[in-house]
Amino acid sequence: MPKKGTKSTKGTDDEPQQQQNKLPDHLELQRTRVICKAGAPTHTEGFQYSGAYAAMGVDTSVSVDKFCMNFKVEVKRLTEDDMEFDMIGVDASIANAFRRILIAEVPTMAIEKVFMVDNTSVIADEVLSHRLGLIPLDADPRLFDYMSENDVPNERNTIVYKLHVSCQKGSPRLTVKSGQLEWLPEGSQLNMAAPAQSGNKQKTYTSFSQSQKDISKESLGVKFKDITIARLGPGQAIELEAHAVKGIGKVHAKWSPVATAWYKMLPEVVLLKEIKDDDAEKLVKKCPVNVFDIEDLGNGEKRAVVTKPRSCTLCRECVMGPSEEQVRLTRVRDHFIFTIESTGALPPEVLFTEAVKILEEKCERVISELS
Amino acid sequence: MDSQQPEPVSYLCGDCGAENTLKPGDVIQCRECGYRILYKKRTRRIVQYEAR
Repeated sequence: MPKKGTKSTKGTDDEPQQQQNKLPDHLELQRTRVICKAGAPTHTEGFQYSGAYAAMGVDTSVSVDKFCMNFKVEVKRLTEDDMEFDMIGVDASIANAFRRILIAEVPTMAIEKVFMVDNTSVIADEVLSHRLGLIPLDADPRLFDYMSENDVPNERNTIVYKLHVSCQKGSPRLTVKSGQLEWLPEGSQLNMAAPAQSGNKQKTYTSFSQSQKDISKESLGVKFKDITIARLGPGQAIELEAHAVKGIGKVHAKWSPVATAWYKMLPEVVLLKEIKDDDAEKLVKKCPVNVFDIEDLGNGEKRAVVTKPRSCTLCRECVMGPSEEQVRLTRVRDHFIFTIESTGALPPEVLFTEAVKILEEKCERVISELS
Repeated sequence: MDSQQPEPVSYLCGDCGAENTLKPGDVIQCRECGYRILYKKRTRRIVQYEAR
């Protein structure tokens, strides 16, 4: 039985003395690709069962050695807060785990409590507080601890900001920007409501034992100084203190470290037949993202070629209509184009390594639970 | 809580925005423009909000 598969393959890959049997082309295509026809995509499900092709002598079982051999990461683009890379040789579930961890479980710092002393602007206290919470902070969350319910705010779990702006009477309207939030490395400056009982110092809302300047080398400001917080008319003022704490996106989206993180499977566009002249022009025109291009053959003839398959959005426009039989549109099942857009606290490549650490931690927890 | 010395409270004029300090029994009228609607100022007491 095992030889039947290898025999039916047509074409090049028939080297007789092969160690590992190969699947016939059409099955290999079904195993490794999602096939996109004009209707719905087919063969969308992966083959989980390790013995799915055992009858053909093909071993598809998962092993660490195999994974180490096949797994690859290729960084395609990396800027200060944006990154695109290819993750090759993993199952969609792993790629999705990283995506979900990036969005919901990698911690950052965000404003959580707002102490409003004065707010005579038209924006309501609650709305203003909410806006403050969403401002990305330029603070490394790895330097801080989570604050649990009974914790006292200290220099290890809280960053304090002050916003003190007013618009003079008779002056034009004023726009309050995020850059006007002032970091207070020594902690809160507001006194608790209860008057001091002839004690040494009035109690403030935080109890810092050292300056935060000793913890962080860089100042813990906001990432973008040009975010509009509110607008003040003449005679209006805002005076408040904001306390930022460490948290995760699962609790509230303001703690999500990514603007978003997503992946797509690598699109693969193959021309099954040679497409020439008018048909080629038509095909090039059909594609909204210009996957195809025209190659001049010299003797006045033109031919369509695939030049930018990566930019394919799988709109399937090219497999509709007359060119349906000429173009094969597939996605590679274990090749993911992963994109991470950081909100600024940590660079995207660091975010990803943090996500890997979190997944590792989860796996270890499962292992220790089972053992 | 008996009021030995009634504290003067400052109000803002609804028309010109001028600050007026009134004691109990005073006529409710702006000293600058004579407008008769005065607004109480916002408290300076700290109010705590969750940024969510």
